[in-house]
Amino acid sequence: MIFSVAVEVRPLEGIANPEGLTIERALPALGFTGVRGVRVGKLLRFELDAVDEHHARREVEQMCEHLLANPVIERADIHLEAVGGTQ
Amino acid sequence: MIGSPQPARSDPDRAAVPEGAHRALGLTDEEYAGIKAVLGRPPTAVELSMYAVMWSEHCSYKSSRAHLSRLPTKGPQVILGPGENAGVVDVGDGLAIALRIESHNHPSAIEPYQGAATGVGGILRDIFTMGARPIALMDGLFVGDLGDARSRYLLDGIVRGVAGYGNSVGVPTIGGQITTAPGYRGNPLVNVFCLGLLRREHLVLAAASGAGNLVVLLGSRTGRDGIGGVSVLASSEFAGEGATKRPSVQVADPYEEKRLIEACLELLSAGLVVGIQDLGGAGLACATSETAAKGGMSMEIDLSAVPRREPAMSGVEVMTSESQERMLAVVTPENLATVRAVCERFEVEAAVIGTVAEPDPDGVGRLRIRDAAGGEVLGEMPAASLADDAPRYRRPIAEPADLAARRAVTVTLPDPGGRHDDALLAMLVDPAWIYRQYDHQLFLNTVRGPGEADAAVLRLAAPGIAWQGKGLALSCDANPGWCAVDPRAGTAATVAESVLNVACTGARPLALVNCLNFGNPEHPEVMWQLTEAIEGMSEACEALGVPVVGGNVSLYNASDGADIEPTPVVAVAGLIERLASPPPAITWQEGDALVLLGEPASALAGSRYARDVLGRAAGALSPVDLAQHLALCGLVAELVAAECAPAPAGVLHGVHDVADGGLAVALAELAWRSDRGARTEVARPEELFAELPPRALIAAADPAPIEQAAAAHGVLARVIGRAGGQRLTIGAPGGAVLVDTPLAALGEAMAASLAGRLDAAPATH
Amino acid sequence: MTDAATVGVLCFPGSNCEHDVVAALEGLGAAARIVWHSDSDLSGFGGLVVPGGFAHGDYLRPGAIARFSPAMGALSSFAERGGPVLGICNGFQVLTEAGLLPGALMRNAGMRFVCTTVECEVVSSSSVLTAAVPTGTVLRLPVNHYEGNYTVNAEGLAELERNGQVVLRYRDNPNGSTGNIAGVANRAGNVVGLMPHPERASSALLGSADGLRLLESFLAAVANGAGASRAPRVAS
Repeated sequence: MIFSVAVEVRPLEGIANPEGLTIERALPALGFTGVRGVRVGKLLRFELDAVDEHHARREVEQMCEHLLANPVIERADIHLEAVGGTQ
Repeated sequence: MIGSPQPARSDPDRAAVPEGAHRALGLTDEEYAGIKAVLGRPPTAVELSMYAVMWSEHCSYKSSRAHLSRLPTKGPQVILGPGENAGVVDVGDGLAIALRIESHNHPSAIEPYQGAATGVGGILRDIFTMGARPIALMDGLFVGDLGDARSRYLLDGIVRGVAGYGNSVGVPTIGGQITTAPGYRGNPLVNVFCLGLLRREHLVLAAASGAGNLVVLLGSRTGRDGIGGVSVLASSEFAGEGATKRPSVQVADPYEEKRLIEACLELLSAGLVVGIQDLGGAGLACATSETAAKGGMSMEIDLSAVPRREPAMSGVEVMTSESQERMLAVVTPENLATVRAVCERFEVEAAVIGTVAEPDPDGVGRLRIRDAAGGEVLGEMPAASLADDAPRYRRPIAEPADLAARRAVTVTLPDPGGRHDDALLAMLVDPAWIYRQYDHQLFLNTVRGPGEADAAVLRLAAPGIAWQGKGLALSCDANPGWCAVDPRAGTAATVAESVLNVACTGARPLALVNCLNFGNPEHPEVMWQLTEAIEGMSEACEALGVPVVGGNVSLYNASDGADIEPTPVVAVAGLIERLASPPPAITWQEGDALVLLGEPASALAGSRYARDVLGRAAGALSPVDLAQHLALCGLVAELVAAECAPAPAGVLHGVHDVADGGLAVALAELAWRSDRGARTEVARPEELFAELPPRALIAAADPAPIEQAAAAHGVLARVIGRAGGQRLTIGAPGGAVLVDTPLAALGEAMAASLAGRLDAAPATH
Repeated sequence: MTDAATVGVLCFPGSNCEHDVVAALEGLGAAARIVWHSDSDLSGFGGLVVPGGFAHGDYLRPGAIARFSPAMGALSSFAERGGPVLGICNGFQVLTEAGLLPGALMRNAGMRFVCTTVECEVVSSSSVLTAAVPTGTVLRLPVNHYEGNYTVNAEGLAELERNGQVVLRYRDNPNGSTGNIAGVANRAGNVVGLMPHPERASSALLGSADGLRLLESFLAAVANGAGASRAPRVAS
């Protein structure tokens, strides 16, 4: 099956995120005064061919562990959606 | 058979070219008629698109070329002058430098990060295509007033773009210059300079030779980036149409360029390519036609062999795409396998996209574009016609109607006996906010980095080229304030200042490259500014003995109908014969005598004080006596060079040129950098802020040897005070105190100039 | 030709300080050679340096892709055997991504690339980089990075401090790093990473020669045969 995969990589709780802080500081000057807790991460999107959702998820988890996220500072959330049969 | 292609409506390459299509591509009716005359028939779609980009102002210099021939380009050290990818100059020991400067103005106005970054990428390719290892970048930046949020956004993005590309690609950015003025708000300028070092025997030209040789495209895949960039973006006025023009933004990939540099330098040093040309503005259209034309050969291009990044690209798109990080190499069939192996090692894609052929039986080298190898011909043009047959315009020239009236104005110092501390503090700028974001140390060559001296000083060495004791001085300069009141004298003074800057590091000037940024050439006053600037540059370069070895002209710099002020940017490279010790920096020591060298200055016209403090852009600019200036530069270079020798003379403690901002700003910069004050006196109050002629200020424990040397060179020398204490005090004859400020106030003003504005306030679109 | 006294300087696509490191080491009389990242045979080298630059364009995260190069497998084995390994700037990032050094390097707190010269203090001699430099020595060293903000959690930091693994500290922190850490070593002291560039402080003509003291210390470890698959621990 073909899965549409989105991996959201974000800084671990407690890890400083100066990029988010900078954006948070900039927003009030533009009139957006209610914003709190901006955290900047990454979103990776790709397609994956796997036998089923279970295998797909396990494969993506391994990708995250080995390459896509750095567990020292980041966590990864995986979103999977079947979009079609294997070609 | 060309000229009567079968119409296939769905196919843009084969469809009949609709009436008037040339206008949408930026060509006039006369230019279209010229294309038909060259071809003897109406052009196909592919041909029309190629002529449109090649005959654009950006590629053809059609408005300026007639005037540029005035510039002096000769000198015994010049190996290659203007007209090549870069100027090449002999520096002895079998080595040469390649240098060039180019603008990337309009792309930076639309997307500052990508615009500036791709500007860096483009200038690097111009250098390594000559076989030179790029070792230094400089950037000339011009943005609107930083009180304005959009100008802050642009400067922030431009600096991040230069840093993001230059740092990552691994070429140090060792200097530059920043100007803020309201006129650049809608049309910022980004000029990027690059210098490379090469062994003379490795010099390679962008010419295709040898029938049967292969045309190989190296680097990134071709996408739809920047299609029509040169004709749409760089060759017409634009009025903040950012949103609609965004599709043609090119995206920079410094990582691809880094691999391309290493692969190409290895190919060139191993003698594996016959000719090589970078792909910049006008993409494949430019690179294929220029290499074929320079070699006097024909060339067959197979469009289907061009690696694509996007599906369903037309031939028009492939030939005119400005996708970045690509090079075109001409390779003999025997060397192809080795070339591929080198490219594979650096993970650079290499595709054979065509062949070089003998000129046609009529003696004309033609460029043939086919849809596949041996397939249908979509375009067939005399190769040289794309570059050489572009129209040359003698556009109308008219001096401004109010010129005489504006020149008759005398700009005076209000309250000449009063205090001028606030004006001085408002004029201080610390560019460290910019250069701290640039790697300016890579390659272990940087002896004087940005901000330390009037020019950057590098050891003359590169990876693979061992240092043999020489030094290189580089300075990038512009002064649109001077040029606004008098483009001719202002441009001459800009050259004079740049030459003095390299002299202040002990160097003798070798060569100059320029980037001429002007407004809309269809305005006769802009053409007057341009021709006056070229005249002034020529006069100064002749008098000071500096050949112009390359240049770039950027026109149509205007927004909302207002042309920018004339902005000629120059970069001067100088040679220090023996660099054993660092040249004196912009600094002084306790008790130093301060010796001002040069002709007296008192006119305020064109000065930063007149513009920024008084808000006046009028008056008559003090012309620089070029013979006197040559003597001054010779004196300063001699004094400083003696400090660079293995046994330094030990006379000079510091040196700084006096120009932009005048004597008061020069003193303040010295005091701030030394963390030490001074007590000085000017000859008359206007001397505080008068900028011309450029002078030099020297700090020395004993002024006598300097005064003697000055007398021997016929240069005026005057001791204006002594360094020491925690305040900068500038008095006038008769006891008036004009400036009396603590060092801390100088520091606060410096910190507020750029860092305070750009790190504090959010930058928004 | 290589022998046990030769230093291998790894080069990934996108590395850019490899020539500078070789030049600085050669200036000290050492033999050094650039090794392409695809080379999985590092036998014969007495020490290894992962130099600065932008390996793989710093795409995804600095060092994230470089750690999978064949040469990195060989480097890990070399490090496990106690061989002296030095990661400078991007090389430090590669070594943390590879798990050879604790912690991670995040974007500078100022959210800008920073290139300047800073003062650093040697705070531990328990590493191949600092064994020959007395603690308390202050060195002027260039820094040049966007992601130099060393990050480790509280327990990790306490452990580093306890073991003397923090080898170099900024006196004026340019990037927000935890504990002003500029350089750390592994537990054994044979693998060291630092953000400052000692090779750029290799000549008075360039403004500072202080980096040579660190490189001399590293070369001494190479000469002592720390890489000859024994002697995993440097005396502290």
